[in-house]
Amino acid sequence: MSREDVLVTTQWAEDNLDTPGVVFVEVDEDTTAYEGGHIRNAVRIDWKTELQDQVRRDFVDKAGFEKLLSEKGISNDDTVVLYGGNNNWFAAYAYWYFKLYGHENVKLLDGGRKKWELDGRELTDEVPDRKQTSYVAKEQDPKLRAFRDEVVEAINTKNLVDVRSPDEFSGKLNAPAHLPQESAQRSGHIPSALNVPWASTANEDGTFKSNDELKELYQEAGLDTSKPTIAYCRIGERSSHTWFALRELLGLEDVKNYDGSWTEYGSLVGVPIELGAK
Amino acid sequence: MSDGCGAPAQTATPASLDTNGQVVVTGKVTGSDGPVGGAYVRLLNGDGEFVGEVQASPEGDFRFYAAAGDWTVRALHAAGNGEASVTTGEPGLYEVPISI
Repeated sequence: MSREDVLVTTQWAEDNLDTPGVVFVEVDEDTTAYEGGHIRNAVRIDWKTELQDQVRRDFVDKAGFEKLLSEKGISNDDTVVLYGGNNNWFAAYAYWYFKLYGHENVKLLDGGRKKWELDGRELTDEVPDRKQTSYVAKEQDPKLRAFRDEVVEAINTKNLVDVRSPDEFSGKLNAPAHLPQESAQRSGHIPSALNVPWASTANEDGTFKSNDELKELYQEAGLDTSKPTIAYCRIGERSSHTWFALRELLGLEDVKNYDGSWTEYGSLVGVPIELGAK
Repeated sequence: MSDGCGAPAQTATPASLDTNGQVVVTGKVTGSDGPVGGAYVRLLNGDGEFVGEVQASPEGDFRFYAAAGDWTVRALHAAGNGEASVTTGEPGLYEVPISI
């Protein structure tokens, strides 16, 4: 798989806004961004209300995913191009999610909404009208998702990549710096985890660094590419961004995202926690 | 606990804000014609490493919850970029205006 199979540039996107069979989807936690202006012909998916189960802490099941995509007017054979704010965190999460449910052709817009805006490209508030489809999802692919027991067993055996900022990793901060610092659970990180912040994989404009730069980054951090890897952050969206870099861009085969992440691990009773910087 | 990790919509920070024991780094992005809305504002730590990013409000406002230390705040906009530095200590409000 090459970089072009999974990542498109803003120029490619602009050139393909009207291409039949290409559907642009904006994914955000806060969908007011979409309402204020989005890429022409893009539909939106609300990360919080449409991708998450509203009762259990989990995401929507297969039937729910099929219903969602059918209502959005997305077909199984469409090429879905995902983008969003927050440096594509939620779009990367949606990418991982589309792969979990077996969608064939899905790509990320490199740099997401930020790059599009910094380029000075056009946004519209016009909402496209797409016909309902009958989307059929596959069963969740267990090779892409890690659960807590596997994470505890992975300590000192598999690569654990903590993609939060160094201050969250060391325990100095409990959450990203744009959020109030809640302390509903313990701070720190999973023992033996490497700290490779998601931001170190991205350029300032939100685009991914080159494959050579990414390889060097993980090599210097001590990632053993002969071992399976599990990425985590606080709730699993920043680590989807890293999962994308490791599996989709660098082509590592066994990479899972731990979407329970620190909000689950840091609240577990009896598991080991490490403090301090690496 | 908030169930998301994304940056919330930014609003102006009143000087009288109760920071609730936190180090709050706040300011406004301006250009030659006044406030610039929608810039991507990045908080970098003393080593220049990325810590957080928000999109400034239509009036150019931004806010971070940091800790004691040296910080750089950098704004990116289609119209241009700019940055400023601040050293924080005790909890409270730290104003960092940025011109692009």
